[in-house]
Amino acid sequence: MNVVVCIKQVPDTTNVRINPETNTLMREGVESILNPFDEYALEQGLRLRDECGARLTAVSMGPPQATAVLREALARGADDAVLVSSRAFGGADTLATSYTLAQAIRKACGGTPDLVLFGKQAIDGDTAQVGPGVSEFLGVPLVTYVRRLTVADGAFRAETVMDDGVVTVEGRLPAVMTVLKEADAPRYAPLAGAIRAAKAQVAVLNEKDIVADPVKIGLKGSPTKVVTIFPPPVRGGGEKVVASGDKAAETILEFLGRKGLVKHG
Amino acid sequence: MADAPVSIDAKKCVGCGKCVTGCGFGALSLRDAPDANKLGRLAEVDAAACKACYACVGACPFKAISEVKGEVFGTEGLDGYRDIWVFAEQTGGRIAEVVFELLTKARELKAQRGGGCRVCAVLLGSGLPPFVDGELAAYGADVIYRVDDPALAEYEANVYVDAVAQLVAKHRPEVILAGATAIGRAFFARVAVKVRTGLTADCTALKIEETRNRDTGAMQMLLHQTRPAFGGNIMATIMTPNHRPQMATVRPKVFRKKAMEGGAANCQTIAEALKLIAPLTRAVKREPFADGTDIAAAEILVSGGRGMKKAENFAMLEQLAARLGGEVAASRAAVDAGWVRPSRQVGQTGKTVAPRLYLCFGISGAIQHLEGIRGADTIIAVNSDPNAPIFGVADLGIVGDALEIVPALIRLLPARG
Repeated sequence: MNVVVCIKQVPDTTNVRINPETNTLMREGVESILNPFDEYALEQGLRLRDECGARLTAVSMGPPQATAVLREALARGADDAVLVSSRAFGGADTLATSYTLAQAIRKACGGTPDLVLFGKQAIDGDTAQVGPGVSEFLGVPLVTYVRRLTVADGAFRAETVMDDGVVTVEGRLPAVMTVLKEADAPRYAPLAGAIRAAKAQVAVLNEKDIVADPVKIGLKGSPTKVVTIFPPPVRGGGEKVVASGDKAAETILEFLGRKGLVKHG
Repeated sequence: MADAPVSIDAKKCVGCGKCVTGCGFGALSLRDAPDANKLGRLAEVDAAACKACYACVGACPFKAISEVKGEVFGTEGLDGYRDIWVFAEQTGGRIAEVVFELLTKARELKAQRGGGCRVCAVLLGSGLPPFVDGELAAYGADVIYRVDDPALAEYEANVYVDAVAQLVAKHRPEVILAGATAIGRAFFARVAVKVRTGLTADCTALKIEETRNRDTGAMQMLLHQTRPAFGGNIMATIMTPNHRPQMATVRPKVFRKKAMEGGAANCQTIAEALKLIAPLTRAVKREPFADGTDIAAAEILVSGGRGMKKAENFAMLEQLAARLGGEVAASRAAVDAGWVRPSRQVGQTGKTVAPRLYLCFGISGAIQHLEGIRGADTIIAVNSDPNAPIFGVADLGIVGDALEIVPALIRLLPARG
């Protein structure tokens, strides 16, 4: 069984800010990390590798430095790692990215793999669109928000979390799935794995390798255009009071009373 | 190397660096070019980082930067697309609240668009009760495309994709909106890819305005889609100029619903018979959350974060919420710690809420959290750290110990009978 996990290197968004004077992203000193949601997708892939003997390939699209997250995947136990990278992919939106990844996955696995795993979303764009997009380009069923997964004899059973409850779905592989952080906790890389990963070769695929249609990749293949960026509107704060216990409680109740939110007698 | 969307004329560039500060994406930089000009440096563009916003073109005082006109790839016959669609998500015949919020917004967009634009609801299901149409009309649906098919009895992503993609191909809407719910987010993203157009997720503002198409120079009525990125640290306005439909999702509670006076005058229901694919997955078990509360719908939320210290302390918040007639919510830290179930998480990766009162304890207010409470009318925050960012948005901030103040509040508030 061939399993692919798609992972992304993202800026640690808690530290990304915009310079209000120049309206530019301030990326200085912002660390790049493995997208936290992808950790859970990777863990599901590693579990299938351990339990079902699946061959696990980690795929990432990004600049050369994204190799770092692929080495992390190798360190934890992935069999192969593929970086999809070229300046021609620059400026890709979710449609162009989905196409590029689907082409790369086919190339890396010599066809459509049995299962492609994604994290729920990436913390930089927060779109949650690329997993579903890849399922369309691969032409395989889509299952989202998976918290538990079992695979046997070419079939799967997955617990998916919807807004109002948990729905268990069954189907045949191949499939594309997005994984929630309620799934199994990610493992740490063993020391031996880290050593192996440091020495491992990470294959790099460009637009020619994946036989990409030039009009479907990068900026050209992206229907959405970012027109402006600006800092979020600020909501002004009100009064701030240092208080404890009953004094604080009374201040809150008096405020609520004034706003008509509680009757305070 | 891919061609960058802008070109820099080395003869005009003086190396002043105005474009570097004008670029929102860090795509421009200066390189040493000792013989080029007095400053001995020239601007250069990183094609991979450039988002083709052309801010640098305007930022350059010397007109050294120009847009590179390439061949435009897009949907053929853009003018053949009309109307604004809202995906009318329903479960068991009950329309999701976000649908009414979107119909309300769609009415506004229709007025901005003009030219005979209509608001259309897309309703998928099986054996749907007839009153549903009336509800959609009350919020402004001029047309309802109703697909009643046993294959649509329950949500199955792949069949939903097929149904909506078929309707798009048949009727060619100019704009489609869907709620960014567990259902809407997943299948809608695949619809956008299937019809080969753009989709902007989690929009917080939408408007239609006459805009110059930067690729063709033509004036067009385009949907301006504004959304947070980088965890809410940045807002971006996005457009889909050359592809149709223009697709966007919006989280519940971002827009306010408002019924239309008298409803849409001549709402027309069109029954669509489609030949659908068979479902690719089968639901074998459904377990509704024992706690079916939707915090997004709550008028009063009592929310706790890391400062609540442990799971047991949330019992106090429940008590307080009961006295105030509200519900308990939590920050990501409290959910990650396992103190509160994920369905009660507020923020970027949780829910967007818009209560009349958001009363929070021990929540520092990470930007992702603040993004989720933007719509709250009144925010009261209790936190022991006087520098917590939550105080920057709170209408009343109390610097103090939540674990002391919550019991005091419970004591002072009468139990609701």
